[in-house]
Amino acid sequence: MNRTLLISFSVLVLAVSATVRADSDAEVQARKDALDLAAAFSNDGFKVRDGYSCGVVKPHDHSLVAVNLYAGNQYWFSAGVTEPAKKIAVSVYDETGKQMITDSYDNGDKAAAGFAPSNSGQYFVSVDLVEGEPSSFCLVYSYK
Amino acid sequence: MIRLVALGAIVLTGGIIVAFGAETGRIPADQLAKAAMSDSFSIPTPGELFSALEKSGKINWAGQYRGPIPVTYRDRAQISLNLGGLIADGFIAVEAKDGQQVKNIGSDIIKLAKALGVSEKLLGRGSSINEFAENNEWDTLQEELEATQNEVKSSMQSHSDQDLVILVTLGGWIRGTQVVTSAILQNYDERSAKVLRQPALVHFMQSKINEISPELRNEPLVKDVSEQLGKIEKLVSFPPGKTPDVEDVRKVNAAVSKMMEEIESKEPPK
Repeated sequence: MNRTLLISFSVLVLAVSATVRADSDAEVQARKDALDLAAAFSNDGFKVRDGYSCGVVKPHDHSLVAVNLYAGNQYWFSAGVTEPAKKIAVSVYDETGKQMITDSYDNGDKAAAGFAPSNSGQYFVSVDLVEGEPSSFCLVYSYK
Repeated sequence: MIRLVALGAIVLTGGIIVAFGAETGRIPADQLAKAAMSDSFSIPTPGELFSALEKSGKINWAGQYRGPIPVTYRDRAQISLNLGGLIADGFIAVEAKDGQQVKNIGSDIIKLAKALGVSEKLLGRGSSINEFAENNEWDTLQEELEATQNEVKSSMQSHSDQDLVILVTLGGWIRGTQVVTSAILQNYDERSAKVLRQPALVHFMQSKINEISPELRNEPLVKDVSEQLGKIEKLVSFPPGKTPDVEDVRKVNAAVSKMMEEIESKEPPK
């Protein structure tokens, strides 16, 4: 009985480890940083969407993520990045590729862009490496 | 523009606020085409849609309820579509701050999810939904509904049912759009009508349906829904800046209501 339990437990531990390994440690850390930043906006009534997008930031390259936004809502897109990246920026573009005017927060390995679309539709959030070497980033967003 | 009040806390901990709104640039179309897109990030939740709708004034959310739907479907595609619709109903009940309705819908969500054989962990979600509803914790309930939806999808993926995931999303979008168009028609307002412009969103869902297995894609209900989605894409493709008028809203409402009727029906599509 005890042995069966031990085997079951080992299988469970292995399964959990495999799941955790599916996201790299760097992505997990970047996601945590992004969520920490997004949590700050919760004080102002923003709800954090239960979803995220992770990728890699490289010099002179836009890491783009497509989103669909609703006119009337306000959004904050928060990103975190891990070493060796040192500084990132977040910006928003409309469906034609034109950069939108946003409120911005920038603190080295964490950055965010606040945006209130006047038109509903598709937008692109860009996470850019400003300083440092390529690394993993994670992006989350909040709305109200 | 968005207030930066919330950032006060960050400033105190050493953050820096930089406003560089004047700096603008442009990204070429070929780069935009390579942007990452995913179900869990690029498709808004019903909660986001309802949040935008509410900005124009008070909505009679309880007036948007529908009668109970069957929870005894046999077809997995139909169960998935209805599951998405029920999750949207859950968001409506949360907006209406109606604890009993949330509990009823939560119970139906669990029944449909179990019929698909998704994770037993969902049973725990059902209990949480009941508890939050009893304590009137509306914001937490909304988060719980989102988490439930994501858990259903994640469980589907781990059971090699990834083809069904987009159907859950689609069911939620159809039901959400039915409710929103119906509310706008009851009290037309230009600001509310603007939420209907979503061509890329519908196109993305259509493209995901085109990626599912041919067997599933050829099931009568899925085939029918996919065909109608193509027509709806045209109905929600307003030029930027153009506000849908009452007739535009009526057309979208009629199209999504027809789809919803077929999704709910136990009869095969005609």
